[in-house]
Amino acid sequence: MTVTTDSVRSALEQAPLDKVESHLHPAGSYDVADHLVPTGREEIWRFTPLKRLKGLHADAPLDGRNTRATWNAPEGAKVGVVTGDEATSLRGVSGWAPNTRFTARILAEVPATLLVDVPADTEVSEPIVIDVDGTDADVTSGAHVVLRFGTHSKAVVVLNHTGSAAVAAVVEVVVADGADASVVSIQDWADDAVHLSHHQARVGRDASYKHAAISFGGDVVRMDANVTYDGPGGSAELLGLYFADAGQHIEHRIFADHTAPRTKSHAVYKGALQGEKAHTVWVGNVLIRKVAEGIETYEENRNLVLTDGCQADSIPNLEIETGEIEGAGHASATARFDDEQLFYLQARGISEKEAQRLVVHGFFNDLIRKVGVPSIEERLLATVEAELAKNVLKELS
Amino acid sequence: MSKLVITDLHVTVDTEDGPKEILKGVTLTINDGETHAIMGPNGSGKSTLAYSIAGHPKYTITGGSVTLDGQDVLSLSVDERARAGLFLAMQYPVEVPGVSVSNFLRTAKTAIDGEAPKLRTWVKDVNAALEQLNLDPTFGTRNVNEGFSGGEKKRHEIAQLELLDPKVAVLDETDSGLDIDALKIVSEGVNRFRAREGKGVLLITHYTRILRYIEPDHVHVFVDGKVAASGGKELADELEANGYDKYLSKAASV
Ligand SMILES: Nc1ncnc2c1ncn2[C@@H]1O[C@H](COP(=O)(O)OP(=O)(O)OP(=O)(O)O)[C@@H](O)[C@H]1O
Ligand SMILES: [Mg+2]
Repeated sequence: MTVTTDSVRSALEQAPLDKVESHLHPAGSYDVADHLVPTGREEIWRFTPLKRLKGLHADAPLDGRNTRATWNAPEGAKVGVVTGDEATSLRGVSGWAPNTRFTARILAEVPATLLVDVPADTEVSEPIVIDVDGTDADVTSGAHVVLRFGTHSKAVVVLNHTGSAAVAAVVEVVVADGADASVVSIQDWADDAVHLSHHQARVGRDASYKHAAISFGGDVVRMDANVTYDGPGGSAELLGLYFADAGQHIEHRIFADHTAPRTKSHAVYKGALQGEKAHTVWVGNVLIRKVAEGIETYEENRNLVLTDGCQADSIPNLEIETGEIEGAGHASATARFDDEQLFYLQARGISEKEAQRLVVHGFFNDLIRKVGVPSIEERLLATVEAELAKNVLKELS
Repeated sequence: MSKLVITDLHVTVDTEDGPKEILKGVTLTINDGETHAIMGPNGSGKSTLAYSIAGHPKYTITGGSVTLDGQDVLSLSVDERARAGLFLAMQYPVEVPGVSVSNFLRTAKTAIDGEAPKLRTWVKDVNAALEQLNLDPTFGTRNVNEGFSGGEKKRHEIAQLELLDPKVAVLDETDSGLDIDALKIVSEGVNRFRAREGKGVLLITHYTRILRYIEPDHVHVFVDGKVAASGGKELADELEANGYDKYLSKAASV
């Protein structure tokens, strides 16, 4: 499915001239009282199983101790925990005001901020890796993380989540003018983990930002990955790879808010589902504001359903307020194995299981290459293999 | 040895109005080392015959038998048939996104031989096969059939034929959509295969022009789901001159 001229035209006609009113991106506020506890009927919460969130969306304590964070500090980068005024000054540093209760609570209540600073004109050759290991899924906690990439700097930050925990997190990313920033967030949690996160990036003039959301583990994982632009010429590549097993809920939402002219957003999310009640959600919001002339956007979500009993929801949403765009499109598809592909491979002597394995690896391969961090690519290939072993490759006994 | 025997084969496909019979009793024997050409008009069931031999799930066998060197082919799965020595070069080869040609070829070769090919000779063999079919060496890194031109797809099928080295090859309109140079290149590939000991070929085609480069031992006219006439090379010349009309009216009056 690609966007047709008709739907673009009707979007143009409906669009108000200046202010943007949309239930998909409610107005922000730092005041927790402005955000009601969600009921599940709200557009932005309607897919999320609130009951399984351990109260993170509502009023669960955010000060529990349930994770251990460790990191490397490659030359050129500064990583550390800041508190007090310094932490306070970093709240909303991405130029955004919270649009949900949990994000408002994190900004108001969590005392410390994990800050990664890449100074201007610095190129950090090795990925900066922050390991967050969960220790207890019955304890709830909140985290505020700031990733700051100085002008013309270049670095890769990996947030690696493992173990058991119930965590709500806000990750604010500032990509200064001309910087080249990559953020990879891996959700490789244990089966009982709950992870509610909001990643908010502000992309500077002529800067490039790559965000990769990779979700395999956890009971409920929901991530909103949002981008706004600070000046013309910024580009954002939003990548996502997820694999949901029986009973898992994995939800990814993106919001590319084209707030400046000649900016780009390109989103590719791919997921596989296997097992009873595996549920994935992808909501791709793109807003092209009136000022955002000459922008390009493309978003794509593909889901591969490997067994019966799974559900993949996929909702691209493009709102256009200017007629002057270079290109805008979207695609969304959810499919089972293609019989013709399997037949072709089997007709060359390849067994059915092996053929399925090739097709699934093939489905993810180009995306894995796009992540562009060699150590992560290897790990992802291995993880896909491990996920396949659970179902597709399991010999029927 | 390679002897393919098709006896009174009946095949249906499922349609909205229930099963529809496409093959209505096909009988054909390809002896060791023989090349047979099957010619027939559009929709006569040529591809159905090819797919049924290979085991495509869309087709239901309702009667008859197919054996390869005495082994019942129809009871085997698709991949088992390939490992038993059958190869189908498809009329419309399928794209497999994200799977590179070299990975595909190695996986197929490993499956057919039951062991991984020796790395050194294998790389050489693959490069030689691609080169002989005038395919760029970078082809190995491209995804299977993705973005290949029509001619490249067909040449890639023949490269597989040479590398996988089956007993019997069924070539479904491998000649269609090829210009004269590509037709020669493909024909040379098929002839190299035929030159190997005891290989059988079932060459399905619409046009006689490929038979100028690949000389068949037998020619069959295929009409309305069965063999309407069989003969030698001269039958192809006759079809070239007179077309299928004679056989069509005969089929219609039966
Ligand atoms: N799913 C289907 N439903 C109805 N008819 C079908 C279906 N699949 C195949 N057929 C019919 O079976 C007949 C034989 O098709 P087949 O592809 O085998 O012909 P062919 O001889 O290979 O033709 P061509 O020369 O065009 O390649 C055709 O009439 C076709 O329309
Ligand atoms: Mg055909």
